[in-house]
Amino acid sequence: MENYRIDQSEGLEFGLYTLGDHIPHPLTGERISAQQRIHEIIDLAKLAEQVGIDFFSVGESHQEYFATQAHSVVLAAIAQATSKIKIASSSTIISTSDPVRVFEDFSTIDLISRGRAEIIAGRASRIGLFDLLGYDVRDYEELYEEKFELLLKISKEEVVNWSGDFRAPLNNARVIPRPQNGSMPIWRAVGGHAASAIKAGNAGVPMFLATLGGPATSFKATIDAYREAAKRSGFDTATLPIATAGFFHVAETTQQAQSEAYPHINQGMQLINGQGYPKQHFAQGADSRDVMNIGSPQQVIEKILYQHELFGHQRYIAQMDFGGVPYEKLVKNIELIGTEILPAIKKYTAKK
Amino acid sequence: MKIVGLSGSIVGSKTRTSMNYMVKDLIKKYPDVEVTLLDLADYHVQFSDGRNYLEYEGDTGFVTRKIMEADAIIMGTPIFQASIPATLKNIFDLLPVNAFRDKVVSMLVTAGSPKHYLIAEQQLKPILAYMKAQIVQTYVFIEEKDFQRKEIVNDDVLFRIERLVEDTVVLTKTYTKMREAKEATYDF
Repeated sequence: MENYRIDQSEGLEFGLYTLGDHIPHPLTGERISAQQRIHEIIDLAKLAEQVGIDFFSVGESHQEYFATQAHSVVLAAIAQATSKIKIASSSTIISTSDPVRVFEDFSTIDLISRGRAEIIAGRASRIGLFDLLGYDVRDYEELYEEKFELLLKISKEEVVNWSGDFRAPLNNARVIPRPQNGSMPIWRAVGGHAASAIKAGNAGVPMFLATLGGPATSFKATIDAYREAAKRSGFDTATLPIATAGFFHVAETTQQAQSEAYPHINQGMQLINGQGYPKQHFAQGADSRDVMNIGSPQQVIEKILYQHELFGHQRYIAQMDFGGVPYEKLVKNIELIGTEILPAIKKYTAKK
Repeated sequence: MKIVGLSGSIVGSKTRTSMNYMVKDLIKKYPDVEVTLLDLADYHVQFSDGRNYLEYEGDTGFVTRKIMEADAIIMGTPIFQASIPATLKNIFDLLPVNAFRDKVVSMLVTAGSPKHYLIAEQQLKPILAYMKAQIVQTYVFIEEKDFQRKEIVNDDVLFRIERLVEDTVVLTKTYTKMREAKEATYDF
């Protein structure tokens, strides 16, 4: 775990992530400016650090209703504005980016942040991105696998010799700057499907697993598949961290948390995927066995501890701004995380 | 209530002819219903390449959005080679996996062989069920002999079209009420 800067004696790490949602308020229709949204994200990272949250990440989404397409630039600002919190991309779409460039950007962020940067590399959920950046979506899988492999190679070797199908060859290419301590964690972003988790296991890289909704046990199967694949490929699973990420909203009571979160999640789904979130599914999300961490602080604590017991993961990452939840509500969430959730989670999961 | 009539083929006339009867009856009996007839022959719909339907532009974006905005869809299809036409299958491919969740879908089938009712039963219904449609179980099956020069000449078929229209509206209203009653029990 130390290769990935994870200290399990401190207990389950708690993080936040944003895709930079920039969505009109579902009830008023008002939309803040992209400038305001980006500054709010930077301020949220500062607040998260102040209350003791371990991790903050920003993803890229190249479509309407998002503001952090240049996520590495936003992360650089966060690196400068903070001093302790770990920072990462969740995720960097490696399929449509040059791994050399991504490594240069993130090792620079690692230097700015004095050794706090990580890369979570994903393979995109939108086809429009391929058109925008000039790639053929028919190369979807190969683009990702080749570029992810190259990213790992660059991370291991300062001087790289490499050739592939989707980029000019590298001949004794020196990729600099190097991260502060010689390396930085690189994770593989995985959707709900076990096939992708198995690939992460085969490669022996840590897995960032998106778990938006549904029974926690169904994600347990994916996590098991990851660990089995890693073992089969000769890796020690005790050295490979797992992070899970999903919807999060906390308020004084579960009813209040649901009322506050639903309009945003429903509208976010409607605008981005073209179909709202069914109320019935959302209502089921309150069940302690569902992965959706929406509820009172006590309920969220119980859910996270249940998931930790089930998954044995090292980091939980909350997505609390999906669908454009207003800044003041996010601040309130961070306060409740700091005062009530974090102390309980750490108390029950620390291995001291 | 928004109802879309989808004529699922770009060749032939029987499905479109039947859909015209259906739309006429729908407008006459339910003037409050917003009816749109989409005849795929009138649009240039591209093949699905896997992207989200919101990412398509032009006719493809228009047709998929209209379907997704509907409360109910009356789907008209001919049977070619013991199968639904590729144009209709392409519509299913273009839409999200749960596209028909909270929608009522009914079927109007034209075919050259009476045995081809099996295509509605064994091919079309499973697709609709997989995509979460509330299916109107009784569909209208129309054969070659029921047509004469682009007109339906079998009164039984006309009665069945009227029943299909009624069943579609009644089921949509009922299902909407059921869902609203269930959702009213939640606090959000």
